[in-house]
Amino acid sequence: METNGLEHVIEVTGLRRVYGGGFEAVRGVDFTVRRGEIFALLGTNGAGKTSTVELLEGLAPPAGGQVRVLGHDPYTERAAVRHRTGVMLQEGGFPSELTVAETARMWAGSVSGARPEREVLAMVGLGSRTDVRVKQLSGGQRRRLDLALALLGDPEVLFLDEPTTGLDAEGRRDTWELVSALRDSGTTVLLTTHYLEEAENLADRLAIMHEGRIAVTGTPAEVTANEPSRITFDLPDGYHLGDLPPLGPMGVGDHTVDGRTVRLGTRDLQRSATELLLWARDAGVELGRLDVRSASLEEAFLTIAKDASAPEDNGVTTEEYAA
Amino acid sequence: MSIATTTPAGRMASLARAELTLLGRNKGALVAGLFVPLVLPLSVRSAAEEMDLAKAGLTPGELVLPAAVGFSLLFAVYSTLVGVYVVRREELVLKRLRTGELRDAEILSGAALPAVLTGLLQCLLLIAGCAVLLDLSAPSAPHLAVLGLLLGVVMSAALAAATASWTRTGESAQVTPMPLMFASMLGSGMFVPLELFPDRLASVCELLPLTPVVTLVRGGWTGGLSAGDALGALAVALAWTAVAVFAVRRRFRWEPRR
Repeated sequence: METNGLEHVIEVTGLRRVYGGGFEAVRGVDFTVRRGEIFALLGTNGAGKTSTVELLEGLAPPAGGQVRVLGHDPYTERAAVRHRTGVMLQEGGFPSELTVAETARMWAGSVSGARPEREVLAMVGLGSRTDVRVKQLSGGQRRRLDLALALLGDPEVLFLDEPTTGLDAEGRRDTWELVSALRDSGTTVLLTTHYLEEAENLADRLAIMHEGRIAVTGTPAEVTANEPSRITFDLPDGYHLGDLPPLGPMGVGDHTVDGRTVRLGTRDLQRSATELLLWARDAGVELGRLDVRSASLEEAFLTIAKDASAPEDNGVTTEEYAA
Repeated sequence: MSIATTTPAGRMASLARAELTLLGRNKGALVAGLFVPLVLPLSVRSAAEEMDLAKAGLTPGELVLPAAVGFSLLFAVYSTLVGVYVVRREELVLKRLRTGELRDAEILSGAALPAVLTGLLQCLLLIAGCAVLLDLSAPSAPHLAVLGLLLGVVMSAALAAATASWTRTGESAQVTPMPLMFASMLGSGMFVPLELFPDRLASVCELLPLTPVVTLVRGGWTGGLSAGDALGALAVALAWTAVAVFAVRRRFRWEPRR
């Protein structure tokens, strides 16, 4: 079997999904996921993330295009794929009257090469809750039970649809550590999330979906490379934007003013910040709530949403960055 | 892959085991499925006293036992399973199961096993009960009775999945099985043998799903069923099963409507 590190474990080409009412949720999506990497699908609610992942899981046939998971069509060749994948749906489904242990035992009976249930339940932190009925679990505990079942068969490919929704900060961090460890041991992970922080922390590569299409894809660094860094501050009373030094020579590409709050966009954060701070010191001005931050996924995300919803609504932006 | 690969039987067994646990924890289903089919035959027994059974050539036991089998199939298998399928769908259990190695038919069959076995066990109990209380003799054509019983449980499970296809919520699952249950109780020869019906009505009622089961079980005991009538009953039961399976393949919904 092919084992080189660059093997494409998931290949998606021209993927489309149309629901019964005619709504086209996925409108031509292409991406590949390599063995042993974490790939994140990001997007607002309704962007088509879950609709896409369900096609990769083999729950439905695509309306168009092609999916290959481990070299096979997950829908028509399910027997070749299912015992090598683990799935965590966006909303897990377990009989509410079964205990955690009974649920895991039921699932283990249909998983090839299942690991001992107790071991996997302990991995996700449910080791002390095995005799509790599912209906008595918190939302976060249910998510972790779902994750445990997805991991029971030591899958080569793991699909996680919003794995940390409903988890508290600590649970979220635990899940991140677990998923990173799985990746390090060779598991390929495709996850969806609407937490940008999660994608930034976990993903080797990501794609941002918008209205059924992939708007941008790459490593987190590549995706944010096209975005400006941001400097935000409040000017004291009596000062106006015009009192600042000329913005262009400072490296500032765009700016917005909202009351006293000024937002500058720059591709040369160090130069712009230095010039701004030197001006403030020389002028004896205190910049309130000063915030200087590098380009982030959030920026990329907002740009995509803004471009799509209102392309002409640029406010007082002085210059558009071509992506 | 040298690791322990699952088999269809193993997968269904683990699902059936979980469903059996769930059945044991569902008081409503337990009463309806276990208790009712043991009590209702008593009302058939009292109805039998007001009937001219000799005209139909039947002993009281030969009226009550097929009816009891019918009640068992309707309550312990059919209506119980409609509830199971609909509630598991609402809980998103069916959708979750479909992401794994279980195939669609294995999910529906595995989930049906506890109810099917309950129904069969109940029928054996009822036969023993009729033998002791109603002096029911040994069956003259046991193969017909066995055939009727097995066809009956398979058809009831298939009809339950078909009914679940048209049932949206757990609450409506209390109602949607009723048409078939009432039609069967009135028209399938459970309370009143079809021999006592007007001819034209009787020939329509022979086409109801549960009629062939009642006919075969009764014929198994009396031995008075001709080969042609037995084949006819067999054909009706198989046709209903085929229709139900076809409907499930076309219409069964694996997740709730949003």
